[in-house]
Amino acid sequence: MAVELLKEKYRSQVREVVLGATKEEGGTRSHTLKVGGESALPFLHFEGTIPNRPLVAMEIWDIVPEEWPASLKSFFEDVYDDPGAWAKKCVEEYGADLIAVRFKSADPDIKDASAEDCIATLKKVLEAVGVPLIVYGCGKAEKDNTIIGPLAEAAEGENLLLGVAEQDNYKSVASAAMAYKHCVIAQSPIDINIAKQLNILIAEMSTPLLDRIVIDPTVAALGYGIEYSYSIMERARFGALQGDRMLAMPTIANVGHEVWSKKESYISEEEQPGWGDQAERSMAWEAATAGALLQAGMDILVMRNPNAVGLIKKLIDDMMKG
Amino acid sequence: MGLTGLEIFKHLPKTNCKKCGFPTCLAFAMALANGKTSLDNCPDVSDEAKEALSSAAAPPIRLVKVGSGDNVLEMGDETEIFRHDKRFNHPTVVAIAVNDNEDIEAKIDTINGLAFDRVGQHYEVDMVALINASGDAATFKAAAEKAAAKTQKNFTLVTSDVAAMEGALQVLADRKPILYAANKDNYEKMTELAKANSCPLAVKGENLDDLAGLVEKIVALGYRELVLDPGSRDTSKVLADMTQIRRLAVRRKFRPFGYPTMVFTSKDDPQEEMLQAITYVAKYTGLVVLNTTKKELLLPLLSWRANVYTDPQKPVAVEPGAYEIGEVNENSPVYCTTNFSLTYFLVEGDVDATRIPSYIISVDTGGISVLTAYADNKFTAEKITAAIKEYGMEEKVKHRQIVIPGAVAVLKGKLEEESGWEVIVGPRESAGIQKFAKERFA
Ligand code: SF4
Repeated sequence: MAVELLKEKYRSQVREVVLGATKEEGGTRSHTLKVGGESALPFLHFEGTIPNRPLVAMEIWDIVPEEWPASLKSFFEDVYDDPGAWAKKCVEEYGADLIAVRFKSADPDIKDASAEDCIATLKKVLEAVGVPLIVYGCGKAEKDNTIIGPLAEAAEGENLLLGVAEQDNYKSVASAAMAYKHCVIAQSPIDINIAKQLNILIAEMSTPLLDRIVIDPTVAALGYGIEYSYSIMERARFGALQGDRMLAMPTIANVGHEVWSKKESYISEEEQPGWGDQAERSMAWEAATAGALLQAGMDILVMRNPNAVGLIKKLIDDMMKG
Repeated sequence: MGLTGLEIFKHLPKTNCKKCGFPTCLAFAMALANGKTSLDNCPDVSDEAKEALSSAAAPPIRLVKVGSGDNVLEMGDETEIFRHDKRFNHPTVVAIAVNDNEDIEAKIDTINGLAFDRVGQHYEVDMVALINASGDAATFKAAAEKAAAKTQKNFTLVTSDVAAMEGALQVLADRKPILYAANKDNYEKMTELAKANSCPLAVKGENLDDLAGLVEKIVALGYRELVLDPGSRDTSKVLADMTQIRRLAVRRKFRPFGYPTMVFTSKDDPQEEMLQAITYVAKYTGLVVLNTTKKELLLPLLSWRANVYTDPQKPVAVEPGAYEIGEVNENSPVYCTTNFSLTYFLVEGDVDATRIPSYIISVDTGGISVLTAYADNKFTAEKITAAIKEYGMEEKVKHRQIVIPGAVAVLKGKLEEESGWEVIVGPRESAGIQKFAKERFA
């Protein structure tokens, strides 16, 4: 018997954001990337278009990531002292679509590096790879406010994705994006209303920025409250398709950052015999977290383990088949 | 369930004869919709209308039970598309495939060992999917005997050969396994077998159209304990099919799809297989059969299943109490936080990462976060003091020091007065705990 499929008719779609800029466009990237633009729920090709595949960014630091477990660190042992080489390895060997540079050195409790130091590093990375870049500060808002502006200025026209604007601290990042032609990550604490409110605040500063916002809804790792992030994402994406333009931005998730501090990532099999091999388990934890978030509509996954990246890229290949 | 008065009215005789005690058929229909009377009170309702009304009143997806005795797994009875609307009811059953021509005992031992404890919860693989890979009925039966003797887990018996199924059922019928599967060639005999043994019957279509047709034929034979396999194996196709089955059953009340679903993973690589299963658990699958028995891959899968099937409407809380992180002793540091689960899990993860065995007191704030609870007078010096006493911290540790979240540093004075403990103000953000602990306790 012929089954009549139930296809949703949506009024709207996710905004499409372009990352990076080529020489003609005022930057130096070898190519640009588009993200978002979906007119259907995740990978439901039968009722709309998924014009752009979700992207996988790999995260690099500007200091040696001492806190990473050996099973993760070992991939990058040869490149830690050189963020350019690290970025290049991620792109050339591991297939990263984007590079996310985290300026850990700026942390006042680590090296308290200056904006000039960070700019020098950013330039190295820009030279080393042609892919578009994501830029994160050290995570301490007061300090980040002093480095993001100068970094944005130094890379004017590159159309970076600048992190992060938050509800009580969005102006410096948003104005840097506005002034020097970059995109901006708008981060909200697992709260759909704040996500929307923040976009409205940014739009009040500059309406054109609306098409250059990527929402970070804040994700929790698998086993640590991921279901809340998942459901917030599902609601936001459904809202976007139903016409809520202030939620209709593509999304980004700091998967690696969340996963690699959790027990499942580092505890050895000797210490926790029931949990299986640490190296594979930690990789699987990161991949599973990313795979779960893809089902809620995540557009950019920021990850660390090259094998998890490889697996997720294969999963995305499969999911993009109509 | 969910029928309106008007929908019911359409099926009534419309004679307004009043025999039901209501002035009109419409009044009766309205009362019925509100559960205030029963259909039996209308003597003139036709059998056809009875059938239509009772099936319309049935839940959109049938509850199907596998197993017997204390070991029953429930599947189906789902009513939602999105978990944020209402809890998904019956977690995806996770089964591991065992071929009848491999070392059954060794494999079943491994499967029996696939049990995990994490964050105070216990996860297990639920089922063995015994596959007639040999194609031989006697081998299948012998394998069923070996497997049955080795495990109390539930079974799916996988063969399209009716004779082989019959043989295995001689061993396993009492355990009420799923019979996999009825197809267009064998469905009459398989249905008979399922009926005779009261076992759930899996129905495998070649696609959605084929599946719906097959289900209708089996239902016409009078059997409804069904589990649906749309036959797709490519990840994105399975997602599309599972979505359609759920939507059509729930939103359109399309009866042929009103049953729980199942699928086999198709990737040879165990890691890729796990990611397929992650996708299927997220999107509506009632039972997934995997090949891998790797703990490091099944732990994330079972954790994800536990996450998806939590109740989104419950306050987001962990049980208040004193949690032991690592091998604690009487000198271990004591932290306190709220019982908002996101906060608690963050703190737990970060305390755990210090690798210094510690206690965390999860204070009952009704599942709200530190600052909200503080503002709401639910995270106070009195409450923390009461928790220290109630959870026996004075006996558990020799020292009298407690770490409070940096965000509520103002509580320090009052809490010291109230509890007599020395209060150490911890970092504002949980992420700062590692550094804090290194400086303070290492
Ligand atoms: S008894 Fe039946 S037919 Fe008569 S009024 Fe009531 S509902 Fe209508």
